[in-house]
Amino acid sequence: MLQGIDLACVRGQRRLFGNLNFSVPPGEALWVSGPNGSGKTSLLRMLCTLLAPEAGEVRWRGKRVRELGDAYRAELAYLGHAAAVKDDLSGLENLRFALAQDGLRVPEAALADALGRFGLAEREDLPARVLSQGQRRRVSLARLLFCSERPLWILDEPLTALDVQAIELVRALIAAHLGRGCVVVLTSHQEVDLSGVKVQNLRMVG
Amino acid sequence: MEAVLDTARENRTGLAGAFVSVVQRDLLLAVRRRADVLTSFFFFIIVVSLFPLGVGPEPNTLREIAPGVVWVAALLASMLALHRLLAGDYADGTLEQLVLSAQPLTVLVLGKILAHWLVTGIPLVLIAPLLGLQFDLPGDALAVMALGLLLGTPVLSMLGAIGAALTLGVRGAGGLVALLVLPLYIPVLIFGAGAVSAAMSGQSVEGHMSLLAAFLLFSVVVAPWATAAAIRIAME
Repeated sequence: MLQGIDLACVRGQRRLFGNLNFSVPPGEALWVSGPNGSGKTSLLRMLCTLLAPEAGEVRWRGKRVRELGDAYRAELAYLGHAAAVKDDLSGLENLRFALAQDGLRVPEAALADALGRFGLAEREDLPARVLSQGQRRRVSLARLLFCSERPLWILDEPLTALDVQAIELVRALIAAHLGRGCVVVLTSHQEVDLSGVKVQNLRMVG
Repeated sequence: MEAVLDTARENRTGLAGAFVSVVQRDLLLAVRRRADVLTSFFFFIIVVSLFPLGVGPEPNTLREIAPGVVWVAALLASMLALHRLLAGDYADGTLEQLVLSAQPLTVLVLGKILAHWLVTGIPLVLIAPLLGLQFDLPGDALAVMALGLLLGTPVLSMLGAIGAALTLGVRGAGGLVALLVLPLYIPVLIFGAGAVSAAMSGQSVEGHMSLLAAFLLFSVVVAPWATAAAIRIAME
């Protein structure tokens, strides 16, 4: 479903990777691992069209993503390195605007419920400024609860700063998404226990 | 959860909803960070007020310099506020999400520019006639000045957005934005200030106003598109 063909990435003077090939069928996860600076984030940004590959191409359902444009972006949910959480807005407002930006209006109760599932019950009205690193991460992850219709999730370090409980929740979400025949691409330094689902390991070398 | 998702599905608001939400979010952020907004507003008031103090109380001189002073101060104040337009969103990853939205980036950018103008441009339009009194401007000239600013300040926000997008992620972006954007402001300055001078000498201001309106229409078409293109480049 998602294919990378002969991908190459050059940042500044350095060639991060070249001739990178992979193919992820529906229902499978691609786990990108490797040391810092090996190009994991660059690869993920390439997959979601934020970064143009130096060479090669990314294909989604057999078509070039550059040509699919907005149609591809409509099928994609990306959680980046930066959490995209506004310090001056509450968790609830952050989540509401993140979804509204995609043209999705969700009732307040459902938003509060989603934040509650991520352990932010009664903290949903606090400005994100006072939340801890892990809690901010949870605010941005709560968006995934409303992204089940988007068949491609690209998650950059989704487990960073999370505690065991939250990691388990994200794991369950990913497993459920793969169960729907969708594709998840993620990076992580930690070993992710995705038991019961098929995971391809793409190891980047520094 | 499935029931929740069903309601979400039914409430797809599409492009208009996304546009409105971008405007709402930026207005809410401006309310939360009032100090930022008030800085450029008071900057405008102080710069304009310094001139009568510096030049002296000769009414004829003051009347003569008033259009230029108010307009130059408006350009500087509007430029001063540009760093808030995109840099914050760039730093915290929100801009990435805007770029990846299924809605066209051009429209979302237009929403950001509109919100920016509402909090930086509109206050200048409203306070300018009051400041004009310090320069002993007659009533009709004050009205022309306010109308000119109403047409001109959105153009400043639009052109400024291009500059802000081009300098995303650049060190010392503030100074660079000034160099990029101020020359582009020149036509607005000439016809905005020219309209006030014309009104004072009893000439028709229709030509000036038509040109300002034409700049506005032109920038509405071109600026969001150019800004969106510059943002995409900045993402790489």
